[in-house]
Amino acid sequence: MNVPLPSVTSAQKIGIVDCDIHPVQRSAADLYPYMSQRWREHSEMFGPHIRQGLTGMQVYPRMMAAGQRADSYPAGGGPPGSDLDLMRSQHLDAVGVEWGMLVALSKGGMEERNPDFATVLSHAVNDWQRHDWVAKEPRLLAGVVVPQEDADFCVKEIHLRAQDKAFKQIIISPRSAEPLGRRRYWPIFAAAQECGLPIGLHPAAFSGGAPSTSAGWPTYYMQEHYAFCTGMQGNIVSMIFEGVFEQFPNLKIALIESGFTWMPAMCWRMDAAFERMRKEVPHLKRRPSEYIRDHFWFATQPMEEPENPAHLPEIIEWIGWDKLLFSTDYPHWDYDDPRYCIRFRMTDAQRSMLFRDNARALYGLP
Amino acid sequence: MTRQLNRHVIGRADDLPPGSRKLVQVAGREIGVFNVHGAFYALANRCPHGGGSLCEGFVTGLSISAHPGKYELVREGEFLRCPLHGWEFEIATGQSYCDPKNTRLRTFNASVEHGAELVKGPYVAESFEVKIEEDYIVLDL
Amino acid sequence: MKLPFKGVIDCDLHLPSPPTTALLPYLPTHWRDQLETRFIHKMNFQLTSYPPNSPLTCREDWRAKKGDGESDLDRLRRQALDPFGVDIAVASLLHGAIALFNEDMAAALCSAVNDFVAHEWLDPEPRLRGSILITGQNTDHAVAEIERLAHDKRFVQVILPVMGDMLPGKRQMWPIYRACERHGLALALHAGSTYRFPTTGSGWPSFQVEDYIANSAGFENAIVSLLSEGVFSECPNLRVICLEGGFGWLPTLIWRLNKEWRGIRQEVPWITRQPGDILRERFRFTLQPVEVPDAALIARIIGHIGSDDLLLFSTDYPHAHFEGVEALPDGLPEALIRKITRDNPLAAYPRLSGGASANQPEKAEQRS
Repeated sequence: MNVPLPSVTSAQKIGIVDCDIHPVQRSAADLYPYMSQRWREHSEMFGPHIRQGLTGMQVYPRMMAAGQRADSYPAGGGPPGSDLDLMRSQHLDAVGVEWGMLVALSKGGMEERNPDFATVLSHAVNDWQRHDWVAKEPRLLAGVVVPQEDADFCVKEIHLRAQDKAFKQIIISPRSAEPLGRRRYWPIFAAAQECGLPIGLHPAAFSGGAPSTSAGWPTYYMQEHYAFCTGMQGNIVSMIFEGVFEQFPNLKIALIESGFTWMPAMCWRMDAAFERMRKEVPHLKRRPSEYIRDHFWFATQPMEEPENPAHLPEIIEWIGWDKLLFSTDYPHWDYDDPRYCIRFRMTDAQRSMLFRDNARALYGLP
Repeated sequence: MTRQLNRHVIGRADDLPPGSRKLVQVAGREIGVFNVHGAFYALANRCPHGGGSLCEGFVTGLSISAHPGKYELVREGEFLRCPLHGWEFEIATGQSYCDPKNTRLRTFNASVEHGAELVKGPYVAESFEVKIEEDYIVLDL
Repeated sequence: MKLPFKGVIDCDLHLPSPPTTALLPYLPTHWRDQLETRFIHKMNFQLTSYPPNSPLTCREDWRAKKGDGESDLDRLRRQALDPFGVDIAVASLLHGAIALFNEDMAAALCSAVNDFVAHEWLDPEPRLRGSILITGQNTDHAVAEIERLAHDKRFVQVILPVMGDMLPGKRQMWPIYRACERHGLALALHAGSTYRFPTTGSGWPSFQVEDYIANSAGFENAIVSLLSEGVFSECPNLRVICLEGGFGWLPTLIWRLNKEWRGIRQEVPWITRQPGDILRERFRFTLQPVEVPDAALIARIIGHIGSDDLLLFSTDYPHAHFEGVEALPDGLPEALIRKITRDNPLAAYPRLSGGASANQPEKAEQRS
């Protein structure tokens, strides 16, 4: 049976806020204007030093065209996500992006083991986002990328960038050395709350030390990709049960590219475990699901495709229509095109919330 | 490109040797024309799944396996893999490869039509009739 | 709510871990000597996943009272079998031997535990069925143990912790699954970790409650592993029972895997149908702990899963998940209760399909 071709939805009628766009350096040299000679030399001679057995590639090689849309490689060379003109024509203009939130995963120092190089990369990537992207394309907005293992540096960098309206959130790696609720990360949360910036958590390709599953390393990318969900779960459970939101009542977290349909079941699971074990965590004053409701937002990509599309809005009802942030993941292979990826009915109000208004409210966008 | 009623000449057959493809604009539509082992096929350049530029994807074969750890690529050159999400389509029919033979949950009617290993999917890329007339590729639209 | 009829099948019930001295008679002389001279026999092999005094491990009113003279077997009958009208209970003894790194000692202790269970529990109590405890780190030992006990049809499954030495789909593990399939034994994955790896992808959390929640992620990744690696191409009749891990997370798992497979199945071309369909056919999940808050939501989740064949009744005795004998969520429809307490378990375990069907469920006497 042929399913009718998806038709262009009215998504185009409203500008969308895309909460997950990946800008990429053509090469490490793109960052050199923003670092000292000492570190340029370090970058050339030693390069990144991370916790896996291969450098310059992934130990779970991606499927489609190195994990990118195969049609997103710039004609003039360079990796996908490195050419602003192509990003405009293929994505920003084509699907009507009003605001695009940059998530600069590449070379941001989040996984770098050399602690000084990590801070240099972080600072350089933030300068690079500011000057090479936001200054040239006003629809794009930056995220302060910081190496979460060095909380002292993170605090300084966050306070510095928070004065710049180009930066709308803070990006740290959910493949941290320890679960993100642990107290070593609290200075980052304090700075985020003080500056009024949400924290965006996006799965990282590289480990912070632990295998991606609790029974060791998967074999296939198919498994590694699934662990994006379960990895994120460990972090949000940690943040809640450590009492992060008791300590930082105004902290806001955006979960990006980690799925959202698992969240209702996770809330039930956390609440049930909390009921049974609350004597272990007396610092929690509320049920875990209440912290989720008040402190977390969820980016939509990759959109689930249940056999019965009507199951998806049921899940969204449980989460709240006000908590979803539309995202495409441009230029990655599992890009969600806003014109085609929603396969269920929405009211106009729901559509506006999902595509635009929730993100505007969370990030304080005009 | 010349046009005659609803027939469109899109080029010389010689210019599209086996294994090659050509993206053309016909009546406002983007269409990919493919030469697969000497036969010509045309598909709309829009993936019915996620809207990707299907005809710009990889032309390849079908990965199959007799047993975990055993790999074989068959029917090389007969399949198109969408550059977005990697869905596979048979160029000759526009038929998506992946879908269950049957599900207990009724979702899509799947039936087997093309050889034992090929299972019809829920989506069919739009295809058009292509003819060779005096060495020209003609598209009926 | 209470069970509305008798004759149910409890698919997850735990036998108390005996003092290690009780296992000595079941050990070969070398290991008996080792345990006694290294004082290992004085140690209790309690798994970190189930600390002895935690509510995870035992409900308060089910704890043994010192000096009351009641035997473990009598207590189990009084607390777990009689009040629920249990016809058959699939029991397991989650012994800490599986966490040892000495794989020979672990295997010897597993054998001792299995023989202990056969003699001390299965012999005197015909309602009990057993689980063959194996160490997953050495396949030769594991297969030998399965072969040694396979003739004893009272053992209906082989049990491993869900977070063990490696992801369960790994090919090193396949001889175990071939042995299971050969002998009509289900593979049971039980909540808990041997702590070979941190319980999250970002390392070790602080609290036990976090580890307990992380079991669902453990099950998800285990299922993704078993499916991706093609275990069901190798063993198409293998049945996997997931114990104490919940089921509310299943819809996301099914949806994501089905979508993922369409795009990247070339990586795992032995998967020739939707992974969600394989899951619905080969995997089963025990009821307790029920995290889904009410019967209406359970019905929705079952709808999202797309099958009501997957749930198996369990008390998870003596872990604390409910009060009194209210082992079912309130308002569960009777037809569904019949399925999960009876039809689904009988269909799930190859070794239960035959013997148990004689005892049909009967209506419970009117309760006041």
